[in-house]
Amino acid sequence: MITIIELYAQWIREGKLKVNSDWNKDLGAKFTVQDPCNIGRKSGSNKIVDDLRFVIKTVVGEENFIDTVPNRDNNYCCGGGGGALQAGFPDQRRAYGKTKFNQIMATGATYVIAPCHNCHGQIEDIGHHYGADYHVVHLWTIIALAMDMLAETERTYLGPDLAEVGL
Amino acid sequence: MAEAIKIDNLDPEFKDEVLDKVPDANFDFCLTCGTCTGGCPASEQLDMDPRKLIRMLNLGMDEEVKKSDWKWVCSMCARCVLACPMKINIPALIFNLRASVPREKRPKGILGSCDQHIRTGSAMGAAKEDFEFTVLDVAEEIRDEQPEFSGLEVTVDRVGANMVLNQNSREPVTEPEEMGPLWKILHKVGADWTYPSVMWAGENYCMFLADLEGWKYIIEEFVHHIDNNLKSPYVVNTE
Repeated sequence: MITIIELYAQWIREGKLKVNSDWNKDLGAKFTVQDPCNIGRKSGSNKIVDDLRFVIKTVVGEENFIDTVPNRDNNYCCGGGGGALQAGFPDQRRAYGKTKFNQIMATGATYVIAPCHNCHGQIEDIGHHYGADYHVVHLWTIIALAMDMLAETERTYLGPDLAEVGL
Repeated sequence: MAEAIKIDNLDPEFKDEVLDKVPDANFDFCLTCGTCTGGCPASEQLDMDPRKLIRMLNLGMDEEVKKSDWKWVCSMCARCVLACPMKINIPALIFNLRASVPREKRPKGILGSCDQHIRTGSAMGAAKEDFEFTVLDVAEEIRDEQPEFSGLEVTVDRVGANMVLNQNSREPVTEPEEMGPLWKILHKVGADWTYPSVMWAGENYCMFLADLEGWKYIIEEFVHHIDNNLKSPYVVNTE
């Protein structure tokens, strides 16, 4: 069992995945990341979440990545995990997510990369609920954008600043 | 004013019950320092927090502990365990609290997703035929409309592939185009991969439901299919 994130990192290091951050040099779109508890803290090491940062910095540029505080194995859960999205306690789930929301807002990033579907759903929901205008994106979307191969139909989650990039 | 707790009337049975299942849970080691609670985003929800839960458990307030819905608000993220100087396994307590509720009385949303997964292979209830149809259809669209990827290969149950990928069922069911970027990356690096038809979905709501049997069934079916039918050496988790 291996995660796709570790493979992305491995393929970049081996030169198989040819990707860089040139596309974002002038744009300067700012990204932060949500560390899913299951691949961070609960995996027993920071290996996967360190790979995650390596991949993100490679594709968006180190200067355009703003980490949350705290992060990696000490990161806060978004509040969408453990079945919370379907547990029937939406008020409590959103109150829980306020910690994550504040953490994201403090980064000032326009984009939150969420490599877990539960995190993706929850971070979008708390963004709408608390009135933020950040965008939540899958990691593969940004890799494909950086590789200039993101089709028009694959841009649902991009904001207006990136919607046309490379088309 | 808060009512005094009458310890003489209490008997911590539930604690022993959980300790039987999770011997390293260490509830008695709690120093009541509150580090768990200070770093827990679920603290104070439903008038509960991790330290309070452990105190109530250790005092034998079994009825109140079991009655609280906080077990469904806690996400078992394990930040409390990381911070705890005594390494008390609070998420294991939460899991067992969830399991102490009769299965049919657990939250409908989680229960429904677990049941769908057992029945169809994915929490969103998409059967393997639907999954296969969707991915092959989306792949064909990409081949037709994006000349650079006219050679894109997406397969289900291809025997002997180096890697078997799981996929969160929300993608094929609610946003199938989102799988495209992943496939294109795999294509660019020349990855030798396939999807499994059996238990193809990456999520597992039976784990959240604290349905050990359902959880185990999903994993065993998946592993059996990979080992015996597909004979692939690697499983890749896509989230």
